[in-house]
Amino acid sequence: MAETGVWTAYGLPLAIIVLQIFAILVPILLSVAFLTYFDRKIWAMMALRRGPNVVGPFGLLQPFADALKMLTKETIIPAGANKVVFLLAPMVTMTLSMVAWAVIPFADGWVLANINVGVLYLFAISSLGVYGIIMAGWSSNSKYPFLGGLRSAAQMVSYEVSIGFVIITVLLCVGSLNLSDIVRAQEKVWFAIPLFPMFVVFFISALAETNRPPFDLPEAEAELVAGYQVEYSSMSWGLFMLGEYANMILMSALTTILFLGGWLSPIPFAPFTMLGPFWFILKIVVLLFVFGWVKATVPRYRYDQLMRLGWKVFLPLSLVWVVLTAGVLVTFGWLPTTH
Amino acid sequence: MAEVDIKNFNLNFGPQHPAAHGVLRLVMELDGEIVERLDPHIGLLHRGTEKLIEHKTYLQALPYFDRLDYSAPVNQEHAWALAIERLLGCEVPLRAQYIRVLISELNRISNHILNTTSHVMDVGGMTPLLWGFEEREKILVFNERVSGSRLHMAYFRPGGVHQDLPRGFAEDLLAFVENLPRVLDDIERLIVGNRIFKQRNVDIGVVSAEDAMAWGFSGPMLRGSGVAWDLRKSQSYEVYDRLDFDVVIGNHGDCYDRFVVRLEEMRQSIRIIKQCLRDMPEGPVLTLDAKVAPPRRGEMKRSMEALIHHFKLYTEGFHVPEGEIYAAVEAPKGEFGVYLVADGSNKPYRCKIRAPGFAHLQAMDFMSRGHMLADVPAVLGSQDIVFGEVDR
Repeated sequence: MAETGVWTAYGLPLAIIVLQIFAILVPILLSVAFLTYFDRKIWAMMALRRGPNVVGPFGLLQPFADALKMLTKETIIPAGANKVVFLLAPMVTMTLSMVAWAVIPFADGWVLANINVGVLYLFAISSLGVYGIIMAGWSSNSKYPFLGGLRSAAQMVSYEVSIGFVIITVLLCVGSLNLSDIVRAQEKVWFAIPLFPMFVVFFISALAETNRPPFDLPEAEAELVAGYQVEYSSMSWGLFMLGEYANMILMSALTTILFLGGWLSPIPFAPFTMLGPFWFILKIVVLLFVFGWVKATVPRYRYDQLMRLGWKVFLPLSLVWVVLTAGVLVTFGWLPTTH
Repeated sequence: MAEVDIKNFNLNFGPQHPAAHGVLRLVMELDGEIVERLDPHIGLLHRGTEKLIEHKTYLQALPYFDRLDYSAPVNQEHAWALAIERLLGCEVPLRAQYIRVLISELNRISNHILNTTSHVMDVGGMTPLLWGFEEREKILVFNERVSGSRLHMAYFRPGGVHQDLPRGFAEDLLAFVENLPRVLDDIERLIVGNRIFKQRNVDIGVVSAEDAMAWGFSGPMLRGSGVAWDLRKSQSYEVYDRLDFDVVIGNHGDCYDRFVVRLEEMRQSIRIIKQCLRDMPEGPVLTLDAKVAPPRRGEMKRSMEALIHHFKLYTEGFHVPEGEIYAAVEAPKGEFGVYLVADGSNKPYRCKIRAPGFAHLQAMDFMSRGHMLADVPAVLGSQDIVFGEVDR
């Protein structure tokens, strides 16, 4: 009897949780794979090219061919590198970009860990993301990765600050740190409309946070060759790539939850409101398209210009908006009541 | 406690670097991200062109000029052909002159497309490069149609050009240059007004007009600094004096100005091409002087004299009278000159090549010092460096 007790008390929930984790991770890894394809297709179309179209129908199997190639290559570890940290860095990046998904609500109630500090958790995880890059840059014991790592650290810290303030404005309007509550609070109007400037700031900071153009300085090809990735090869490089793309999806998901009403349907009546995850994914895909669009269009910022934008434009702007939002909420008595 | 010595960060930029435009190696001393000193190391593509030329007949030496600035090969051949013609006192038929101008300007466009779009790439914009390359590809196809070769054309010969334009060429070229401004407009709309692009290029690598002249700049590098110096106007050769075009100059001498100058020069080249197509007369395309240019094949079948000329030209080559000459053309990158010393034999005694990129590259340290690491690719991109001509 005792064994069954242990099974029902711990074993079964554990099995369910593991299954849930797989149910989240597998689709995410698959979507990361196809996001690389999607991205390449977007750039190709912007550049009047065809993009991948040879492997499989419409080149749809390209991501798998790439993965296979990466797995069969040799992992080169430079002689001067700190081996442990060098190999740990891509793992850290990849893991951190995966664990963040625990708190993301895909639809009403579809969330692995419905914790009340969801936003803080996400914030903590994404701040840790910089460690993967710093570790990679330092442990490679090479000059370009080192510069890339330094830039990246400075960049991520700077943009985290304004992201923080943007999130605070949203929190002021919601009165909860729970991501599902944040979505539910947008049933009347998506926050992208009343908080439009913050939406823009958040999205641009998300570009910077994920090291996408025009903020791809840590890996700026024209200056640093590939920044912190210079010494990496095969799957150790692949993990960075996967982590970067997973982070892109994560930041898009976060933007969707904070500003675009998460799983809420833009058409507010019966048959459409049933399709929560569909709307959620659709919004993410639209944002990811913008990620690719931006990459194909804009040149890269210089290091000091990036810093100036972060500290002298976004930070004051988001600070002012925090005060403004708080002021408006208090003046008109719109502060959300505590549950 | 003693004062701490802060050591600068030495960075080796290239020779294998995506923004090094070939095989440039820059040894940089960085203070943080600020460039304190920048030392270009050249010679990695040195092939001894000038020495090799001394051991070839005048005609055999011609293809070496294609291999100098390989992004606009015919413009180099042009200087070589001019130098020989001036020593020989050889007349070039009018039609050949028009064809030379036409093909030169076509390749100027090709070069500027390559440079401007890869400059955008150097500061992080991916897309325009591929837009430009589609047009560049069409130009290379025109090159192939006219000479049989896409890049190393060996088309300009002493005394004219190798062959007449093929049938249908003029019509197709006209259709192409009618369409080209639309592509240039697209690139301009995407890039020229872009704030990030401006932030990356305005006031970067500023060269005043005096400095530009002191450093021996030429071409768009000099015009970007506001000096209206263009060999096509100031020392007109071929039929440039009959053609109507503007010399484009910048105001500030920064990377942005040089970029815009090149963009506008492409439009001027389009103007020139249209005029050439309109005004080009009929006639021979190679001088009829049988001592310089080989006879046509039909003639060889009939005339013993032509056969002898053919034999002599293809075994020994032609002899150039003793003397020395400097001939320069306005190549896309600047003043490309050939200083030729002839000793009366069939081979040049000495040939010194004046490559514009060499003079530009020596100012690299002067232009980049005090700027940030990220500005180095922008400066380099605006210099339009090709190592074929720098290292020779």
